[in-house]
Amino acid sequence: MPASTVVDMNAMGVRWTAEQVLALAPDDASRRAGSELGTAGPWSGTGRGEGAVWGVCGGSGGRSYETAVDLTAPAYTCGCPSRKLPCKHALGLLLLQASDVTAVTDDTPPEWVALWLAKRREEGAGSVTRPAGTGTSGTVADPEAARRRAERRAARITAGAQELEQRLTDLLRGGLATAEQSGYGLWEETAARMVDAQAPGLAGRVRELGAIPGSGPGWPVRLLEECALTHLLDRAWLAADRLPAGFATTVRTRVGLTVPADGVPVRDHWLVLAQYDTADARLTTRRVWLHGVTTGRTAFLLSFGAAGRAPGLALPVGALLDGELTPHAGAARLRAEPGEHFVPVDAPVSPPPGGPVGAALDAYGRALSEDPWLESWPVTLRQVVPARAEYGWQLADADGREALPLTPAAQNRPGLWRLVALSGGAPLTVFGECGHRGFTPLAAWSAEAPAETVPLI
Amino acid sequence: MNTRATTSAPYTASSDSGSTSSGTDDSARVWEELVTSALLGTDRRPPTVLAGTTGAGTTDAGTTGADPAGAGTTGADLAGALLDAAVLHTVRRRAGLRPGPAAPPLEPAPEDPRRPLPEAARRRLDQLLAGRAAPSPAAGRRGAVPDLAELLPQWLTLANERGYKAPPAALPALLDAARARTDLRPQALRLAGPRGLWLAGLNPEWRFALRGRGAAGRLPSPEDVQGVRALWDEGLFAERVALLAAVRSGDAAAGLALLASTWTAERAEDRLMFLDSLRTGLSDADEEFLEAALADRSRNVRATAAELLAALPASAFAGRMAGRAATCVGLDRTAESPVISVEAPHECDAAMERDGVVPTPPAGRGERSWWLGQLVEAAPLACWIGRFGGRTPEEIVALPVADDWQGELHAAWCRAAVRQRDASWSRALLGAPAVPPATGPGTSSLAERAQLLATLPADERAHWVAAFVAAHGLSEAFQLLGVCAVPWAEPLGAAVIDALDIARDAGSYPWSFSGVMGLAERCLAPEAARHLDSLTALPDEEEDTAPGAGGYWSEAFQRLVATLRLRAAMRAELDGGPRPAGATV
Repeated sequence: MPASTVVDMNAMGVRWTAEQVLALAPDDASRRAGSELGTAGPWSGTGRGEGAVWGVCGGSGGRSYETAVDLTAPAYTCGCPSRKLPCKHALGLLLLQASDVTAVTDDTPPEWVALWLAKRREEGAGSVTRPAGTGTSGTVADPEAARRRAERRAARITAGAQELEQRLTDLLRGGLATAEQSGYGLWEETAARMVDAQAPGLAGRVRELGAIPGSGPGWPVRLLEECALTHLLDRAWLAADRLPAGFATTVRTRVGLTVPADGVPVRDHWLVLAQYDTADARLTTRRVWLHGVTTGRTAFLLSFGAAGRAPGLALPVGALLDGELTPHAGAARLRAEPGEHFVPVDAPVSPPPGGPVGAALDAYGRALSEDPWLESWPVTLRQVVPARAEYGWQLADADGREALPLTPAAQNRPGLWRLVALSGGAPLTVFGECGHRGFTPLAAWSAEAPAETVPLI
Repeated sequence: MNTRATTSAPYTASSDSGSTSSGTDDSARVWEELVTSALLGTDRRPPTVLAGTTGAGTTDAGTTGADPAGAGTTGADLAGALLDAAVLHTVRRRAGLRPGPAAPPLEPAPEDPRRPLPEAARRRLDQLLAGRAAPSPAAGRRGAVPDLAELLPQWLTLANERGYKAPPAALPALLDAARARTDLRPQALRLAGPRGLWLAGLNPEWRFALRGRGAAGRLPSPEDVQGVRALWDEGLFAERVALLAAVRSGDAAAGLALLASTWTAERAEDRLMFLDSLRTGLSDADEEFLEAALADRSRNVRATAAELLAALPASAFAGRMAGRAATCVGLDRTAESPVISVEAPHECDAAMERDGVVPTPPAGRGERSWWLGQLVEAAPLACWIGRFGGRTPEEIVALPVADDWQGELHAAWCRAAVRQRDASWSRALLGAPAVPPATGPGTSSLAERAQLLATLPADERAHWVAAFVAAHGLSEAFQLLGVCAVPWAEPLGAAVIDALDIARDAGSYPWSFSGVMGLAERCLAPEAARHLDSLTALPDEEEDTAPGAGGYWSEAFQRLVATLRLRAAMRAELDGGPRPAGATV
């Protein structure tokens, strides 16, 4: 995107909150150090404009560092020797403008900022913090070697899938009841074998299988369902060469191969619907849901951080951003990669169009025909009210006939109470993930303030 | 084992919602059979529904044949066939899920006619509520960042004064905050309003918000005579206390009449609480009732009635007390220069006891001085002017007192000045702020001084404390600063800043002043920030200062400035006025 379309952030009313800034910190030490610099004291020559914020931070021993942040990427530059990205000075600068409205005022960038911005925005990539594993990886140096590597990996996955298939068959012959006794260790071992086989998708499924026997009443049914779906994935991988191309791509994604973001880029005004993290011992995964105002497309971005570190991508929920998304291959084409620049747009926001709860389940059902392993599907419910049934909370059509249960996890989140409070018993619009376990509300809009996206997670 | 306990009972499977054809029954039966077989193992319990159909009808039976064991229906074949059938069933079930029946809708939340917060103030509230939950920084050192939790009470008060309602989405965090901190409750619940109460009724964790309220969550309006009467006659104790307080604050006479109507039938503990609510709107019209209460069966009720009567200088009770006190305290006419002579009472007679004088002193106090203290405390201060020949309070306080009675007498006058909210006597008893506390004419106790200060007009209070701080520094000023009106009026703010500057130059560590620093963050007028800019810089370390103190001081001043700026921003946001230059919200 040409730099000329980068507009002044200030006019947009978009601002990083202290929370969002702290989420960018690479580790706890930076978070603390950044917080200490987040006050007016050490700063001079601060200003903001052209989508950037800058300042000079007086450090210990008389040294001072020139720090600037390009908010459209985000990208950082700082004269300090720290190799952390962003460094504590960049974090402090962002915190300063988040917490103290008078500290950073509108200005034209000084020369050192203007030069850096121009260089960055011409080159495109530059020092953009790209989450690992995303982004177009560029040209491959040696296509022949790459093909051989891919073949070797496919062979290993095939061996892994066969081994897993054997494991499932043995389990079914001996009975699921034994799964309760054998405990988690056996599954953990199998999961490790799948990691060795370079099939992280299979490894993840196996770990989840191991957790089901301890998951409360009804576990045999859930275990059989998940074993069967894993079996289907094994079989589909082993027969991938005979599957339609689209479905074969879905299978490859599910097994854990990275498929390129090679779809046609879509330029639109994207409303940030939700952003949430899930973490296990190894990895923090951040998922950001976006909705294109003109195209009507819903898409999600993924960003990863090593255990305990925040993923690099952070977009403010409720903001409207102009930018390009490149969809990944695969049947559903929900996942996308963000383009270089996302620029806030000053335009009225309205929730995505939606429908009654029945239509939401229809959409999930249709999506399953292209990807039977889908846990849920993004939908927007219109004119629904939270109601309390015997089993827990649900979202019901305002006409009082049909309802979707909330997922067990969503029943216990603080976001549930925000949803109930926002409704006050009146109908509202809710975006969330609708699946076989129920509905997970992620964002809501009330009738009184339809332009205001209220995050529920 | 109940194999029907599927994960999504609240959903309706499509097969159940349609016709009850035999086909759908079959499907459920087949699934049950598959689960049973899977649970026990296909070796032990082959799935009968798949008998003879192994391979057929499954998606990719061909690959099953890859099993080297080869011919016939092997155990592996059977397990594979079971999984094939199970996956078909699973995906079909998920794809065919239908919504369940809707539960009865919630009662809608009552309307809240107050105006919504301006956008910037709404964001600020979110930030303050989020900051409440954030862990405080590492032990001891508070860093340079404002303490958001300390600003929340002030923000709530400002928002309520301006008649805003809480944004609905912030209600859960607001109720959580009020649950964790009882000091926030009144203001937080006021901001939360009727929708907050409605929400609290849905979550047992917020039950505290409903306490002290009627079943309907609201009191009848004081004009609703029948509603008031009904609740007063039949309500729970807490409801009745709240009702009496509401009626009394609207119409003092109506409140008294309500209480008098059932007074004799109330239990002693209840009488005490009810009597206490007459403090609001106390006037001479209450005298008759209180005078009667002096004969109450309960000693605590009698004492409270006496205390209330003592605050009515024109009452007969006050007259009796003035008479008693005058017989004990007077001018010694035999001395060359005027001296106050004191003759403490020799007995506590029945009439004194009826007027609330407690006959038995606490351990370690002589009974005569104990009685004297009570008489002087309850006597109207105006009576002393006449007793001492028209002298002013200042002149009376300055008179020497014979026989070591000065401490007792002045302390009793202090209590009387506080109880009767008498500014001229308070002024006299406080004395000049610059006089060293131990040698002053009136009182030397900081707690008493703080109470006396509270009876003075806000502006005078600020001047007195400013002069005190200028003369004596900050080490003893904490309690006195605490009673000054917020934000601190000049010259108080300047005096505190100067004193902090002096303390820093003297090489003290800032944590010795952390109490005053915290107060200053909350109470200094935000405009004072500009006087502080020079203090935030890191000074050069000098030889005679405490090592490292400079950095800590500069950090403490940075936090002070940042907090003041934040408070100014908070107020501007709530006023919804023009944004300060460069506002980013």
